[in-house]
Amino acid sequence: MSESDDVWKVNRERDGEAQRFESNFPQYGPVGRAFAPVAGFGVTLRNFFRPTVTEQYPDKKTPAMPRYHGRHQLNRYADGLEKCIGCELCAWACPADAIYVEADSNTEDKQYSPGERYGRVYQINYLRCIFCGLCIEACPTRALTMTNEYELAGPTREGLIYEKQDLLAPLEDGMLQAPHPMVPGTVDDDYYKGDVTKVVKEQTEWVREHRPEDPTLPENQKQEAGRG
Amino acid sequence: MTSTADTATSEAVETVTLTIDGTEVTVPKGTLIIRAAEQVGIDIPRFCDHPLLAPAGACRQCLVDVAAPDREGNVRAFPKPQASCTMQAMDGMIVNTQHTSDDAKRAQEGVMELLLINHPLDCPVCDKGGECPLQNQALSHGRPESRFIDVKRVFEKPLALSSEILLDRERCVLCQRCTRFSKEIAGDAFIDLQNRGAMQQIGTFNEEVLNFDGYEPIGVAAEDESGKAFSSYYSGNTVQICPVGALTSAAYRFRSRPFDLVSAPGISEHDSSGAAIRTDHRRGKILRRLSDNDPVVNEEWITDKDRFAFAWQNLSDRLTRPLVRGEDGELHEASWPAAIARAAEGLRAAAGRTGTAADKKAKGVGVLPGGRITLEDAYAYQKFARVALGTNDIDTRTRISSDEEQAFLGAAVAGTGLGVTFSDLEKAPAVLLAGFEPEDEGGVVFLRLRKSWGTQQVLTVAPFLSRGAEKLSATLIETVPGAEAAALAAIKAGTETADALGQDGAVIVLGERLAGSPGALSEALRLAKRTGARLAWIPRRAGERGALEAGALPGLLPGGRDAASASARQAVADAWGVDGLPETDGRDADAIIAAAAARQLDALVVGGVTPSDLTADLRKALDRVGFVVSLEVRRTEVAQYADVVLPVAPPSEKPGTFVNWEGRLRGFATAIRTDAISDHRALDFLARELGVDLKVGTVSDVNEQLAALGAAGKGERVKAPTAKAAKASAGASDELVLASWHLLVDEGALQDGEPYLAGTGRTAVARLSQATAERIGVKDGVVTVSGERRSSIELPVVITPMADGVVWLPAKSPGSWVAQELGVEPGARVSVKGGI
Repeated sequence: MSESDDVWKVNRERDGEAQRFESNFPQYGPVGRAFAPVAGFGVTLRNFFRPTVTEQYPDKKTPAMPRYHGRHQLNRYADGLEKCIGCELCAWACPADAIYVEADSNTEDKQYSPGERYGRVYQINYLRCIFCGLCIEACPTRALTMTNEYELAGPTREGLIYEKQDLLAPLEDGMLQAPHPMVPGTVDDDYYKGDVTKVVKEQTEWVREHRPEDPTLPENQKQEAGRG
Repeated sequence: MTSTADTATSEAVETVTLTIDGTEVTVPKGTLIIRAAEQVGIDIPRFCDHPLLAPAGACRQCLVDVAAPDREGNVRAFPKPQASCTMQAMDGMIVNTQHTSDDAKRAQEGVMELLLINHPLDCPVCDKGGECPLQNQALSHGRPESRFIDVKRVFEKPLALSSEILLDRERCVLCQRCTRFSKEIAGDAFIDLQNRGAMQQIGTFNEEVLNFDGYEPIGVAAEDESGKAFSSYYSGNTVQICPVGALTSAAYRFRSRPFDLVSAPGISEHDSSGAAIRTDHRRGKILRRLSDNDPVVNEEWITDKDRFAFAWQNLSDRLTRPLVRGEDGELHEASWPAAIARAAEGLRAAAGRTGTAADKKAKGVGVLPGGRITLEDAYAYQKFARVALGTNDIDTRTRISSDEEQAFLGAAVAGTGLGVTFSDLEKAPAVLLAGFEPEDEGGVVFLRLRKSWGTQQVLTVAPFLSRGAEKLSATLIETVPGAEAAALAAIKAGTETADALGQDGAVIVLGERLAGSPGALSEALRLAKRTGARLAWIPRRAGERGALEAGALPGLLPGGRDAASASARQAVADAWGVDGLPETDGRDADAIIAAAAARQLDALVVGGVTPSDLTADLRKALDRVGFVVSLEVRRTEVAQYADVVLPVAPPSEKPGTFVNWEGRLRGFATAIRTDAISDHRALDFLARELGVDLKVGTVSDVNEQLAALGAAGKGERVKAPTAKAAKASAGASDELVLASWHLLVDEGALQDGEPYLAGTGRTAVARLSQATAERIGVKDGVVTVSGERRSSIELPVVITPMADGVVWLPAKSPGSWVAQELGVEPGARVSVKGGI
């Protein structure tokens, strides 16, 4: 039983004696009363010998816990196609109405995601987002996940509405920038099941033909590296 | 002026009493079990069942346990669950649905499981997701777990049935709602079930396209049952009734989710039927329109034009701020007060109301509101013309019109309240159509006539049997355009046709094109009198009937009063609190345009008028007239000539009333709130600036005045026309009589910006009879038609069984803008040359 519990016990006992009005603070003896004016320094002195909890943000940035709910990310498949299909289930799940999505049809010339549909407009308003993660649970393709990035402040309201290009995951090594066709012979189900693991020759050739300057093409990457 | 519902008939109905889930219910004999259950609030899941379609029992989702009395009267249970959507209720029947019977519940869950076996479950990418009966009922009546782990059946998708309608066969549950709609309601059978078992699918026949008959759509299209390219004006309804996402529209494909949309009820602005629609919008932008359920008007069906043609109002040329022509001759954005002041200044001078010596030289103002305005707008335009401008020169009829027509409308249509209704049309034993193509010019009118197919005799006075008339199994009374009067006069007592029209409830339907045929409307009145048939006048544009009621015609005052009658003028003047109304006869639209071109008018006030719709040269008139005020939604061609352009609201952004051809008031509220204002409000501002308070600022102001005015009294009406048919004049040998009407889907101004809909419109062809084609010598299957203007129309020829000496052209289809290119109306003589 701690000291404060004692106090409450005392109080409860005193409740029955309504005619006596005494202080609720614990009463000390003569020694206690003598040291009372400097007793507060004890707290300070005690903390001199404890480890420091202050973080030196922003000079020194500590990583958040692995499952920290930070900024969202729109993921990609291994060949660079976007996972988002523009289904708006995230927007539907959002309790703060922070997500706005507009979908569109994939065409032969512009295939952004596997299947028929992709998210043309994708906005998350970080002035509204409460980082509850319901959108992540709703996402049927695992396109939307949360990163550990927590630095989400800004001087303007417009700047805190993140667009699709701000949210899309960066291209990893070997990925090819969308739009480009799906791996020949596959359907969207193969992508969902994880059967597509890398960019194939046909996709690279398609991009080479349509966007020869694309920096994610192998030859352009080598040039970049050579320059660098 | 009108009542809101048809009167119900109170005949004794034979009833049966049955028990559903322990609740006793009495229903009329012949009621299906599923409907009887609805009456006591018991929900049975279903896909194929639709109240307006014949029962099919295709999906088996509505299985219930049924016990019925046998011959001895012992109630005996059926050995297996029965489909409640096909079984009629019987006296003493005991029905146990999934709520009380485990057998029924198990049966329904089994059916749902079977339906879902081959369903792709791609709800996240499906347009129906969120409003899908399959999705909803799979959750409410299906098993929580799926046991199916094998490979699903796959089809190529999506399959374009037309440029607008897309088919995804994987999602289809074979309920046959679409095929039944197409066959029973629209009469455009185009898809049907194919194959058997697991491979059964909705599909199209893959045969060679049969002989092209000129009804081919512009865009891509699958073949219909006969192997012809599928072309229907009502196909959008199949998207709406599809209980899964198998049929979707290209225009709405992947555009939004139901929870994004704000829905508002409305009335279609596309034709005079006043079909109830639902407008779904997101962030101030209309994304789709659906049919609303209005049993007395459009039931649950609308045309594809009503459904898909809404992009016009949000195109890049939409006006949001007033424009005023500056010193440099260019239009500049201006504030409302500045624009109103400038417009008032110009109109004051033109109307001779400046109070200076210049007033004597003022030649007046003509007002052309166009036929697409609401009742309130029409009322404001005519009051503005008569009170603020002091003229009767106002005409909404920017189409074929005549003085005879005005007399007919004044005598037989305006201020007569609810006349022939949709339900009268459906019940009529015989219907005579004159100058009216039900499918192209009527929209949902066609569906009502088609509903009575087999029990109703349809006769059509036309140069040939159009496909719409063919689908009604109509009898053709072959008539050369312009000779309709003679054709109607030839229906003498004793003839079969006259006998048909003499039946109780027979209806004569007159189209707006009849105005171009001298004597035809007078003859129609005589025919109606002779046979006892009722008359219905069905114009094309949504505002035409409202304009009659409001008096926005030169010779008509509100309520069908004759502007030439002194007592009628006095009655209206008293109601308006003015000294008197202008007495000079007003000019009709053609005369106003001619007067403006001849500089006999100083100013024009123009509403929603498209110059290319008119045979008269509106551009020349606008160019020559001194001052033009345009009230428009978009920056149109008229704006090029206008001195002041006032932006007004499209129907979805304002409240108002359309009066449909029945005379039924079809009021609608604002669907999307913007700061756009109605024509009547803009005219109210303008009149105030001119020093007149018209009191037409709000819809309720106008409706109060219309209610106070009421319909014309005895002696205030226009006298019925008694014109005689004109003698046919023989033309040159290479001249043919022009027949023409607007196809439902064409290049009208309200169909701009919707390529998918335009793709379902029919290609433009010229139609000639075999004999006529041989006479003029058609080469390479192409003819060149030229009229009064220098330009001509060149179109491929389709030989059609039709009247000789006639050439038919679509009025405003791609490559065939008859009014603009030829400058003549149907019935005129045009020169036709075969090929080059």
